Amino acid sequence: MRPILMKGHERPLTFLKYNRDGDILFSCAKDHTPTVWFADNGERLGTYRGHNGAVWTCDVSRDSMRLLTGSADQTAKLWNVQTGTQLYTFNFGSPARSVEFSVGDKLASEESVLVIKGPQGRINRAVWGPLNRTIISAGEDAVIRIWDSETGKLLRESDKESGHKKTITSLTKAADGSHFLTGSLDKSAKLLDTRTLTLIKTYGTERPANAVAMSPLLDHVVLGGGHDASAVTTTDHRAGKFEAKFYDKILKEEIGGVKGHFGPINALAFNPDGKSFSSGGEDGYVRLHHSDPDYFNIKI
Amino acid sequence: MAAEVKLMNEIEATAAQMDIDMNIDFSSIQLPPGENFGIISDDEDVYHDDQLELDSGFGNVIVVDNLPVVPREKFEKLEGVLRKIYSQIGVIKEDGLWMPVDPETKKTLGYCFIEYNTPQEAELAKEKTHGYKLDRAHIFAVNMFDDFDKYMKVPDEWAPPEIKPYTPGENLQKWLADEKARDQFVIRAGTDTEVLWNDARQSKTELVYKRTYWTESFVQWSPMGTYLATVHRQGAAVWGGANTFNRLMRYAHPQVKLIDFSPGEKFLVTYSSHEPSNPRDANRVVINIFDVRTGKVMRDFKGSADEFAIGGAGGVAGVSWPIFRWGGGKEDKYFAKLGKNMISVYETETFSLIDKKSLKVENVVDFSWSPTDPIIALFVPELGGGNQPARVSLVQIPGKEELRQKNLFSISDCKMYWQSNGEYLAVKADRYTKTKKSTYTGFELFRIRERDIPIEVLELDNKNDKIIAFAWEPKGHRFAVIHGDNPRPDISFYTMRSTHNLGRVSKLTTLKGKQANALFWSPGGRFIVLAGLKGFNGQLEFFNVDELETMATAEHFMATDVEWDPTGRYVATSVTSVHEMENGFNIWSFNGKLLYRILKDHFFQFLWRPRPPSFLTPEKEEEIAKNLKKYSKKYEAEDQDVSMLLSEQDREKRRMLKEEWEKWVEVWRRAHEEEQLERQKLRDGEASGEEEEYEAKEVEVEEVLDVSEESLLEIFVREFWVMTFMFEWVGEHWTELSTLAVQKLFDEKPLTDLTEEDEEIIKSVVAGTIPSYSLESELGDCKRAVAIRRESLQRLMGKSLSGLPLEGFDYKSILGFHCEMPIEYVQISEGIVGLLLLNGGEFSVPMATTEGCLVASTNRESLF
Repeated sequence: MRPILMKGHERPLTFLKYNRDGDILFSCAKDHTPTVWFADNGERLGTYRGHNGAVWTCDVSRDSMRLLTGSADQTAKLWNVQTGTQLYTFNFGSPARSVEFSVGDKLASEESVLVIKGPQGRINRAVWGPLNRTIISAGEDAVIRIWDSETGKLLRESDKESGHKKTITSLTKAADGSHFLTGSLDKSAKLLDTRTLTLIKTYGTERPANAVAMSPLLDHVVLGGGHDASAVTTTDHRAGKFEAKFYDKILKEEIGGVKGHFGPINALAFNPDGKSFSSGGEDGYVRLHHSDPDYFNIKI
Repeated sequence: MAAEVKLMNEIEATAAQMDIDMNIDFSSIQLPPGENFGIISDDEDVYHDDQLELDSGFGNVIVVDNLPVVPREKFEKLEGVLRKIYSQIGVIKEDGLWMPVDPETKKTLGYCFIEYNTPQEAELAKEKTHGYKLDRAHIFAVNMFDDFDKYMKVPDEWAPPEIKPYTPGENLQKWLADEKARDQFVIRAGTDTEVLWNDARQSKTELVYKRTYWTESFVQWSPMGTYLATVHRQGAAVWGGANTFNRLMRYAHPQVKLIDFSPGEKFLVTYSSHEPSNPRDANRVVINIFDVRTGKVMRDFKGSADEFAIGGAGGVAGVSWPIFRWGGGKEDKYFAKLGKNMISVYETETFSLIDKKSLKVENVVDFSWSPTDPIIALFVPELGGGNQPARVSLVQIPGKEELRQKNLFSISDCKMYWQSNGEYLAVKADRYTKTKKSTYTGFELFRIRERDIPIEVLELDNKNDKIIAFAWEPKGHRFAVIHGDNPRPDISFYTMRSTHNLGRVSKLTTLKGKQANALFWSPGGRFIVLAGLKGFNGQLEFFNVDELETMATAEHFMATDVEWDPTGRYVATSVTSVHEMENGFNIWSFNGKLLYRILKDHFFQFLWRPRPPSFLTPEKEEEIAKNLKKYSKKYEAEDQDVSMLLSEQDREKRRMLKEEWEKWVEVWRRAHEEEQLERQKLRDGEASGEEEEYEAKEVEVEEVLDVSEESLLEIFVREFWVMTFMFEWVGEHWTELSTLAVQKLFDEKPLTDLTEEDEEIIKSVVAGTIPSYSLESELGDCKRAVAIRRESLQRLMGKSLSGLPLEGFDYKSILGFHCEMPIEYVQISEGIVGLLLLNGGEFSVPMATTEGCLVASTNRESLF
C-alpha cells in the first residue's frame, strides 16, 4: 500500500509511539512540539506546546490519558492527551533522553526518588523491567545494564565480548516485556532476554541502526538507519540506504525493505495490532505504512 | 680503469709487434670463475660483507684501535683530535666517545669507543676511517662493536660442520590439493589479517587462518603462492605450511618499506630508506636480496636515494619500485636495474654483473623484461631537440646483442606492454602533432616469436583519442584498449591474428560509450571485466570476447580494486579504506553473477593466492578441453550434491533455530504467568489476561486449481488436426492473407487502444477540421488527447513515435501551466540537497538536474 506521508515537523524526527489501542500515534522531533496523529489515516489531531528544546522521547499511559515527554530543555513534561494542557514539569540537570511509565502508570512524585549514576557517556534509553523491579539502561558506552529500581544497585551488565561495539541508539521491549531489541551504530541489532540479559539473536545490517522495532504480530523485526547526514554525499546515491529493513526474528534472515525516506530513519514503531507501522526520518517526515495482505503471508 | 686502459694499450702494442690480429670480441671471453686476472669489476661493492643488525643494541658503536697510547696530560688533546675526525661523519652521541685508561699506568690503552646516533653512521665511519693514517705508527683499525663478539666466537681450530639428519618439511603446496578445488585469498581489515577459502558454491568464506597484528604494513603472496610475506620493523618474514600458517623464515632488514619476490620465488628483495643525519644529503637506501629458502643475504646494495632514482616514475618519491626487475622467466636467472646511461644486469649464479659490465645505453629512461625470455626492451627518448630520434630496442641477455630496433619520431612518451607469454610487445607511443601543442597515440606491435621480429604500426580509427587503458589477453593474441574522451570512452578489441591474412592486426569490435576506465582480463583469457573505478562509481561489465557479447552488467558502488582469482572462475571487487564508506568486498562469478558480499570496516587489502603454472602439457590441456563434457558431468553431479546437502543443512538449521526460539517463548510465557497476579495488583486489579490480544495464526489454504487430464496422444492428435486445417485454410485464402500481412507491415501499431470515435477525431485532426491544441478542452481527458495527438502526428509525418513514453504521467497536472500540445514526457533525475538555510529555516531542497556532481557539490556546501 502507498504509505501516508505525515508532514508536521520541521526538524528530524526522534521518536514515535503508539498508544495501547493503536488508534493514535505520538511523534517527537527536534522541533519543540510533540504531535499526535490518527494512526489510521494520518490526520493530525494536535500538538503539545511548551517544550523549549528538541524532544527526544515520549510515552503514553495505558489508558491513553496522559502523555509524558522528555526534552533537551532538561525537563520532562506530563500532558493531558485530550486537551494538550501541561500537567506537570519535572526538572533535571541534563537533557531527558528516555521516559517511560511504569507498569500501572502510578509511580510518580514531585521529588526524584532515585538517581542512578555510574555509566560513562550519554544514556540513550532507559526502560522498566518486569513488575517495575528493575530498570534497563543502554547508551553511548555500548553496555546494557540492569539496575535494581529500589536500591539503584547494578544487577547485571551485558557481555563486552558479544555485546555492541558502538553507541546503542535505541531499545524496544516486546509486548509482554520478556525480551527487548537494541539497535546500535555498530550496524547491528541484538535481541536480549529482559531478566537474564542473555544474548539471543544478532541481526547484522549494512548501516548504523538508529531505530528498531518488533512486530507484535509476526516474528519480524525492523531495523532503520542510515549514515550520518554529513556522510550522505560520500556514500551510495541510491535512496536504498535509507530503507527500513525487515528481518525474520528467528532465522535472522532479511525479508525485505521499505524505501521512501530521503534521510536516515531515526524512529520506528509498530502499531500494537501489528498491521501497520510508522517510521520517522531525518527528513522530517513520518511515513505511515499499512501492510499489504501479502505481508502476512511471507514465507522464507 | 686507467690502469686497465694502459694495460690494453700495452697489449695492443705488443700484439702489433707480434703481428697478431687484435679484433677480439672481449665480451665473448669467458674467464674462469673466481679468477679475475687483475681486471677489476666495475661492480666494486660485490665482496662487501653483509651487515646484519644484531639485537644487542650496540649497532651504532664502533671501536677504534691503534690509537697512540698517551699519558693523562695529552688525553684531552687526543680526544679533541678524534672528535674532529669522527664528528665529520655523523653525530656522536653525548658522552658517546669513551677512551679507557689503564688504572695502573694512568695511560690510555690505545683504543676508544665511539657511539653514533644511528647504525648507518657508525657503519659509514667504519668504512671511511678504517686504515686512516694518524701518523706513521698509528694506522686506525676500526671495527663495529658488534663484530667483536662475532670474531671472538670463531673457534681457533676448525671443526667439521655437523651434518643434521634430513627432516622432510611441510608440504607447502597442500592448498592446491583442496578437495573442492577452491582458491584462497588474504584480506586485511583493521588490525586483523585473515586467510580464507572462497567457498563460492556455498556462497561464503571459510577461515583458514586469522591473526591480529600479523604485519605492520602490508602482506604479499609470493608469485606462485607458496609463501605469504609480512613486513615488520625488524624485517620481512614469510609464512606457509600444509594446514596452517607457520613462520618459515625471517629476513632481517630494519625498517623495511618494500619487498618484491623474484618470479620463481627463489629470491626476495627488500628495500628501506633512511633519513640522513644531515638534512642536505639524500636519503640512504638499503636493498638486500635474500635467498627465500635459506634466508641468506645474497647481495646487498647501499647508496643514496639519488642513485636509485634514475628513470622510473621520478617525482618527489624518487624511487620507482621495483628497482630490480627480474627477467628470464621463472628461473630467476637475471635481474636488472636502470642506472644513468646504463642498465645493470646481474645474474643470480654469482650475483654480479654479467661480464662485469653494465649495458651502456645513452639516456635510457625505461626498460622492461619479456615475461618469459631473457630479452630486455628499452626505450631511449628523443635527443638533441629531435635531431636524434627516440628508439625502442630489444636486447638479448646475456649476449647483449640487439635483436631489433625501431626509431620513432616526435615522441613525447612511450610505454611498453608485454603479452604474458612474451609473444608480443606493444609499444604505446605518444607523438606530438605538427604544432607540438597536443599529442596523439599510436601503437608499435612487435611479434617476438616470428622471424626478424616484424613490427606493425596500429593507429586508432580516431587518432586523437586519448588512451585510457591497454591490456593484453593473458596467453592470448588479443588486446583491449579504452580510448576516447571522458565521460564515456569507447573500448576496442584487436587481434594479432586474422583469418584472411595472417600476421596482420585487425579490429574485432568497438564498444561505444562505456563507463569504464580499467580493464581486467581473466587469467585464462576470453573474458574481461570492463570496470569504471573511482569516478565511475564502480560500474562493472562482464564481457565475453569470443562471442563479443556482454554477459552481465553490475555495479559495486565505489569499487577501488578488481581482481580475478588465479583460475579465472571468480572475480573479487573491493572497496578499500581509500574510500571511507562501504568498505568490503564482493565475489562474482566469471559471468557477472554476484555470489556473496562481505562488509568490513577499514578494509585494506584483498589478494588471491596465486597458483603455480600448471604441469599439464599443452596437448593434455587441449585434450581435456575437448572432453570437457565428460568431466563436467562429474562436477555437475557434485554441484547437485552440494546444493542438496546445503538445503538439507539449511532446513536442519532452521528447525534448530525454531526449536530454540520455542524454548525461549515457553520460558517467557511461564514467567509472564507467574507474574500475572502481581502485575494485576500494580494495575489496580485490571485483568491483564487480555494483553495477548493479537495473535498470528498460520492458516493453510489449499486451492485446487482446475485439473485436467488428457493423454499426450489426445493433445497431439488435436494439434495435428488444427495444423492441417490451418494449412488448408491458408491455401485457400493466400492472396487475401498476403495483402493483409503487407498492410500490417505498413500500419504502425497504435499507441493505445483507439476506439472508433477516436479514429474519427484523428481523421478530423489530420484533415485540419479539429485543431490539435483544442483536443484537451474538447475531450476533457488529457491522456486520451495526447494519444490522439500523437496518432495524428504520426499520420501527418509518416514517422513512428512508438518509442516515446505515454503511460505513467499525469497530463492533467501540466495543463495550462507547463507545456502545451504534449505528446510525451521526459524523465529527469532529481536529487535532494540540504539542509539549506532559507528565510531563517532549514530545508531539504529537491533539485532536478542532469548535470553530474551538481547535487553532490551543493550538498557539500550545505550546512553540514
